[in-house]
Amino acid sequence: MSAEATVQAGLFDCRDSFAATMEAMAAADPRIAAVVNDSVSSTKLKGFRSKFPERFVNVGIAEQNMVGVGAGLANGGMIPFVCGASCFLTARAMEQVKVDLGYARNNVKLCGMSSGMAYGELGPTHHSIEDLAWTRVIPNLTVIVPVDPVETKAALLWARDYVGPVFLRLSRLPVPVLLPEDYVFTPGRAVPMREGTDITIVANGVLVCRALEAAEKLAQRGISARVLNASSMAPIDREAIIKAAKETRGIVTVEEASIYGGLGGAVAEILALEHPTRMKILGVPGVFAPTGSAEFLLEHFGLTAAGIETAAVELLNGVAAG
Amino acid sequence: MSAKSSEQKEYLQQAAAEVRMRSLEMVHHAKVGHPGGDLSSTDVLVTLYLSVMRLDPANPGWPDRDRFIMSKGHCSGAFYATLAKAGFIPSSLLDTYMDPLSKLNGHPDRNKVPGVEANTGPLGHGMPIAVGNALAARMKGAAWRTFVLTGDGELQEGSNWEAAMTAANYNLDNLVLIVDRNRIQQGDFTEKTIRMDPLREKWEAFGWAVAEVNGHDIAELQSVLGSAPLQPGKPTCVIANTIKGRGVSFMENKPEWHHGVPTAAQLEQACTELLGVAR
Repeated sequence: MSAEATVQAGLFDCRDSFAATMEAMAAADPRIAAVVNDSVSSTKLKGFRSKFPERFVNVGIAEQNMVGVGAGLANGGMIPFVCGASCFLTARAMEQVKVDLGYARNNVKLCGMSSGMAYGELGPTHHSIEDLAWTRVIPNLTVIVPVDPVETKAALLWARDYVGPVFLRLSRLPVPVLLPEDYVFTPGRAVPMREGTDITIVANGVLVCRALEAAEKLAQRGISARVLNASSMAPIDREAIIKAAKETRGIVTVEEASIYGGLGGAVAEILALEHPTRMKILGVPGVFAPTGSAEFLLEHFGLTAAGIETAAVELLNGVAAG
Repeated sequence: MSAKSSEQKEYLQQAAAEVRMRSLEMVHHAKVGHPGGDLSSTDVLVTLYLSVMRLDPANPGWPDRDRFIMSKGHCSGAFYATLAKAGFIPSSLLDTYMDPLSKLNGHPDRNKVPGVEANTGPLGHGMPIAVGNALAARMKGAAWRTFVLTGDGELQEGSNWEAAMTAANYNLDNLVLIVDRNRIQQGDFTEKTIRMDPLREKWEAFGWAVAEVNGHDIAELQSVLGSAPLQPGKPTCVIANTIKGRGVSFMENKPEWHHGVPTAAQLEQACTELLGVAR
């Protein structure tokens, strides 16, 4: 990790890990290509472009075309990483994601950058809080929301070796390193980040570090909270979720996304059928978010350590789910 | 014309007649389909699969194969019948067209049907995929070419023009687009819906080398498709002027045969017109 990557002491922008891993993979394998929609700086792929210009395609501001180009590159034997702001990459090209990637099972890796509310000040057009709901319903599409730079790298390495379509949802909000250097990404596995017996917090992406903080605060109150990192959104770890429902008294899900159709929805679908459990689903409650910095918006929607702590206490005290 | 090329021309024309008849039988069997477009695109499909493209039906995933993307996936009848004629799928499979659980969906699935490169159906998907295929050949230093067939009404989808810009920008002279210019879309004639003319000038303005051909003249198609690129450094657009419903008198140039299912009696007549024999 370069010195420039350090956002604040101990915090990292996962895009630096993304860009460094992309370059390392491309240096080792001539099949690795990058496709962007003019998003050269926001993907941090300038270095990739200068080192591998013949394998860097900028289709311009044209997301439907971009995803199709990825499908064609894969059909020609390349391993394309198709990168752009998640809000446009998914919404604008959703039919291409469904048909050209999921249905056709093309070996394309979609990398949705600046997801969630990373572009907070730019308003709802640039927020990407629907992408989890949209992508996780596409058959054959693996959806990954890494928590830190280590998992970003591990997920990219896994995606390179896996033959099939993948959606990698990346933020730009600074996060601490949470996973050990030798961590290996496993699809369909929720990673236990902290053991606990009273309540379980399921989170992914930039909210896992906040869930861990909340668990620490809960511990100070004498509440033992388990924290699961559901970075693998699709497939999701059914067993770990059912086990948590059986072994703890309730589940709080936390996502930087709409509460409809995303992580909370996925957990609720499993538990409704397998082990009905009291839940709190934290996220964006079916509204377009106002403008404001990402940190402001996370606070606005209670997606902070304090907000998660409050929800956990309310759930344990029997306050109705909401 | 040499004896050999005359013989080949006769073979291809006979193959096209058989593909036309077979696709009509398939639509009749399935009770649904797009016979008008099947018949307008048949000569292009037959020329590509039986004469122009480098393919190995015994090894459909051969890495050095030429790629063909059937962007107008609704004309799967003619496409499947051509794949059978070329040896990619058994002819008997055509009898299951759109049956429950058949491999032959109404729109092609590359994971079910050998020889299919892209899952198409929704319009405007083929061009970007073809651009990606052509870019892959460039990146790999490979000699194979990519062909893509779109409808003319299909060009109303904006994704085609995004891809057109990319292809020209990257000087993809290993890419050949064929437009099935039959001038009819689902609801009406294209020029009465959203007019496409002047089509040649549009492609030229987007930086492509353009040829206009009679899309039913197999020799002309062989010549232009076989010799592409028309200009080094430019992608090639072949505007194939065709007749929707070509070869069956009561279907020709009739918007209502975009969709439509021929009756048994109509199949009889089509057979006489196409093959010169009673069914």
